[in-house]
Amino acid sequence: MMLTGLTLTEARAGLAARKFSARELAQAHLDAIGRLNTQLNAYITVLPEQDVLAAADAADARYAKGEAGLMDGLPVGVKDLFCTKGVKTTAASKILANFVPPYESSVTARLLDAGAVFLGKTNLDEFAMGSANITSAFGSVLNPWKRKGDDAALVPGGSSGGSAAAVAAGLALAATGTDTGGSIRQPAAFCGIVGLKPTYGRCSRWGTIAFASSLDQAGPMTRSVADAGLMLEAMAGFDEKDSTSSNRPVPEFSKAVGKSVKGLRVGIPAEYRAPGMPEEIARLWEQGIAWLREAGCEVVDVSLPHTKYGLATYYIIAPAECSSNLARYDGIRFGERQDAPTLDGIYERTRAEGFGQEVRNRILMGTYVLSAGYYDAYYLKAQKVRTLIKRDFVQAFEQVDVLLTPTAPSAAFAQGENMDDPVQMYLNDIFTVPASMAGVPALSVPVGLDSRGLPLGLQIIGRHFDEETVLSVGGALEAAAGFAHKPTLHAEAGV
Amino acid sequence: MSLDLATTRRIAKLARIGLEDAELENVRQKLDGILGWVDQLSEVDVEGVPPMVGTETEALRQREDVVTDGNCRDAILSCAPEKSGPFYTVPKVVE
Amino acid sequence: MSYVIEGKTGSWEIVVGLEVHAQIVSNSKLFSGASTTFGAEPNSQVSLVDAAFPGMLPVINKECVAQAVRTGLGLNARINLESRFDRKNYFYADLPQGYQISQFAHPIVGEGTIEIELSSGEIRKIGITRLHMEQDAGKLIHDQDPTKSMVDLNRAGVALMEIVSEPDIREPEEAGAYLRKLRQILRYLGTCDGNMEEGSMRADVNVSVRKAGEPFRTRCEIKNVNSIRFVMQAIEAEAARQVEIWESGGEVDQETRLFDAARGETRTMRSKEDAHDYRYFPDPDLLPLVIEQEWVDALKAALPELPDAKRARFQSDYGIPFYDAGVLVAEQAVADFYETVAKGRDGKLAVSWVTGDLFAALNRTSKTIETSPVSAEALGKMLDLIADGTINGKIAKEVFEDMVETGEGPDAIVEKKGLRQVTDTGVIDAAIESVMASNADKVAEYRSGKDKLFGFFVGLVMKETKGKANPALVNEALKSKLDA
Ligand SMILES: [Mg+2]
Ligand SMILES: [Zn+2]
Repeated sequence: MMLTGLTLTEARAGLAARKFSARELAQAHLDAIGRLNTQLNAYITVLPEQDVLAAADAADARYAKGEAGLMDGLPVGVKDLFCTKGVKTTAASKILANFVPPYESSVTARLLDAGAVFLGKTNLDEFAMGSANITSAFGSVLNPWKRKGDDAALVPGGSSGGSAAAVAAGLALAATGTDTGGSIRQPAAFCGIVGLKPTYGRCSRWGTIAFASSLDQAGPMTRSVADAGLMLEAMAGFDEKDSTSSNRPVPEFSKAVGKSVKGLRVGIPAEYRAPGMPEEIARLWEQGIAWLREAGCEVVDVSLPHTKYGLATYYIIAPAECSSNLARYDGIRFGERQDAPTLDGIYERTRAEGFGQEVRNRILMGTYVLSAGYYDAYYLKAQKVRTLIKRDFVQAFEQVDVLLTPTAPSAAFAQGENMDDPVQMYLNDIFTVPASMAGVPALSVPVGLDSRGLPLGLQIIGRHFDEETVLSVGGALEAAAGFAHKPTLHAEAGV
Repeated sequence: MSLDLATTRRIAKLARIGLEDAELENVRQKLDGILGWVDQLSEVDVEGVPPMVGTETEALRQREDVVTDGNCRDAILSCAPEKSGPFYTVPKVVE
Repeated sequence: MSYVIEGKTGSWEIVVGLEVHAQIVSNSKLFSGASTTFGAEPNSQVSLVDAAFPGMLPVINKECVAQAVRTGLGLNARINLESRFDRKNYFYADLPQGYQISQFAHPIVGEGTIEIELSSGEIRKIGITRLHMEQDAGKLIHDQDPTKSMVDLNRAGVALMEIVSEPDIREPEEAGAYLRKLRQILRYLGTCDGNMEEGSMRADVNVSVRKAGEPFRTRCEIKNVNSIRFVMQAIEAEAARQVEIWESGGEVDQETRLFDAARGETRTMRSKEDAHDYRYFPDPDLLPLVIEQEWVDALKAALPELPDAKRARFQSDYGIPFYDAGVLVAEQAVADFYETVAKGRDGKLAVSWVTGDLFAALNRTSKTIETSPVSAEALGKMLDLIADGTINGKIAKEVFEDMVETGEGPDAIVEKKGLRQVTDTGVIDAAIESVMASNADKVAEYRSGKDKLFGFFVGLVMKETKGKANPALVNEALKSKLDA
């Protein structure tokens, strides 16, 4: 059995049955990282081997005593946006190139409590701003998938591109991601894995570097829908340190997969049939509808009339919030400082040189839409449209239990494509952004390959705090699709 | 409305991002393109629609008034690019 | 309108509004669990939230909300059951987040009023526009290094109330009276200690001038004035400056200014051209602050008696004049002291002892009402000794001085010094006889019609009894013996 090819669920069973040790499991992943990370650039920081193995040994000891936690001994990658105590946390930005937080984010603390073994910090778009993982100050991430007969370097999607590539290529059994407008779901789709953005408020944001506070949500990136449930169960929960954290109880998400979906109503939003949608994606969507129908779901046409404004709304609100959230990177209390004779000089040089171009542009965009004379026309207007978008979802969920849509409008594209026109790049998030704006949970499940051999995903969107139904339907889709393809670059390949 | 260079410069100043003129023009073009695109929102009728606040209609949770934090000077100064004794330092600012 | 500036072109009146930043009394900060104690080691009361580390989030302190509501109630103001927090964005070395969390669009407290009393005795109402909560900034220290400023974040994130008045103030004296009254109310409520030296109360002063009947002209804001006296001086200086500009044909620029107390003038801090664009927007890390009417009612029911109400009650309960009652309620500790002394006793006598002998003694010994060597209970007991005839008023002065000096109780002092008043008529008669015997000539003069000498005999008898004789009994007995 290849230890790097397991699901979390399989690995947990193997550990519990003492078929292999957590140390062996961790070592296999460290070896895989050693072999493949230079190519993939999925990790910015790999933890020291002795630390990883020590954590694994502690997990083995707990298994021996029969005290294993939900994630015990499972080697995972952590997006380098979660602050990890004593471990460099960069947000893929030069401005935090050497930042070592003296604290552990709430989500990673929960995972550690559940026994997870951290392998390292995965690469991402700088400050999670991007859809292709090309804006990292530590270099782009390579998608482990290749087009048939074409060696072009493909993007893994973003911003959680390092996490997606690591999980897809066998450099971690699972990884944490964060999703602001699609940053878990889109790279999951591009890399052929499962990604779940929970309901806003489900996972604490404390200790996770903020991009857009009203949208940011942490979630799991895994190889199966059941794994997503398991890992979310470990990550989620009320946190008194986050005022937007929900104090609803955390259900046993791991048990949601496998539940019958018979009689569930699945909505197909008309507005997602975007003009110009690639034929293959439209076909796969139809296929997904057919699968769910076969599984006993009732398929209903619904309308979300304002979703088409989701993206434009997002590109006002997210930059506005980021322009303020990123003001703290000023070179005074932490991070890199560029010296200058005056305070303003330090600010201007530190921020011009510390932030990459995309981050700078978004800060400037956000500054503009909040500035005197423009606030009403842009920011306030966008927040009103956002209300309408959310209402659309709430109304749709009066008729249906979940919505089914494609995750992204295309498969992974090549590095260098879509790069000149920011709007073209933003269109990657067209299907994922509306759920973010509404705060509802959404899951991407890999369901097939396109004609060039690249994975495609479908998205299941659910009601606020109803991740369980999302996971159940996702499980049904997964079972029907039987997606078992592996990327070209994979720990198991060529060993 | 189209974005001019002076406004772009003012915005960069507000955001404390020091950009050369050539870079500013590049930024201006990018932002102008995005602003043109987001202008599609002008066709949405938002009469009487309240702006969205939060994603769930929960009110703010309030904590008890107890000292639970602070007293961690070493930690908060540990990452400072420049410090002197118990202080962060900056170039002298005169009011 | 008593305050006018006589210019070359006629008389000008001043228009003043005040924005007071009052530090909320609480154990921990507005959005973090760090302590608020004044005077701690630099950067020792700073949490990761206060230093704005990546990923840190604000969580509001319930007591700070309660304090803001109490203050609003104390200012007879509207309490908004839903309020919100916005971010005010700007860069400065004392502002770690790069924004101040403040209530811009939806403050917790709306319109209210304060009644002030001028030295003329005139009572005026000053409108309160609003009160909102916000975070304080850190502190920069400039005098430790020739080229660097030091940043201390102990104060960063401490809760402030910004209390904004209507532009109702027309005289420097009114501004002073307003600030004193506001401070008095805050101290009674226990919501701010009002200590301007330690910076827990600071005022921004908006000043403009106009000719009578005109609409408002351009105003200037004088930032962070840290004493009541300076506020009054700053208004005078700024108003004079503006009059001069207008009269010389110039135009007053709307700008932010600083008051230079040493030179007694204001100077530009920043002009309108480089005015900030604060880019306020709702803080997405926080949800709307919603409070319940029942909670507000409970806070209201638990409010202490405020100075105006106490003053009125002192007048009616203790029968003392409006002026005296005002002196007593100026400080809550004095009012409490007085009330302990006066309860069940002669209120007028009590006020004369408290504002007379006690205040003089405190002054002389550099003590405060809190550290008074004479407790309210002891002073009360002394008044009882006067009332029950144990001592007379004259002896009381002596007893009181001894109390101030030794801290002993009045009973002990009376016993120790044998000051008990003499009411034994036998002793008094003997003293009178002795005095008359040794002053036969004066007795004769008196009896021949020089009744002015009566006082002379009283004095001698009191002296003979070491001042302890009951003066009424002495008068009575002396009269009958002299007239016999
Ligand atoms: Mg002000
Ligand atoms: Zn203020």
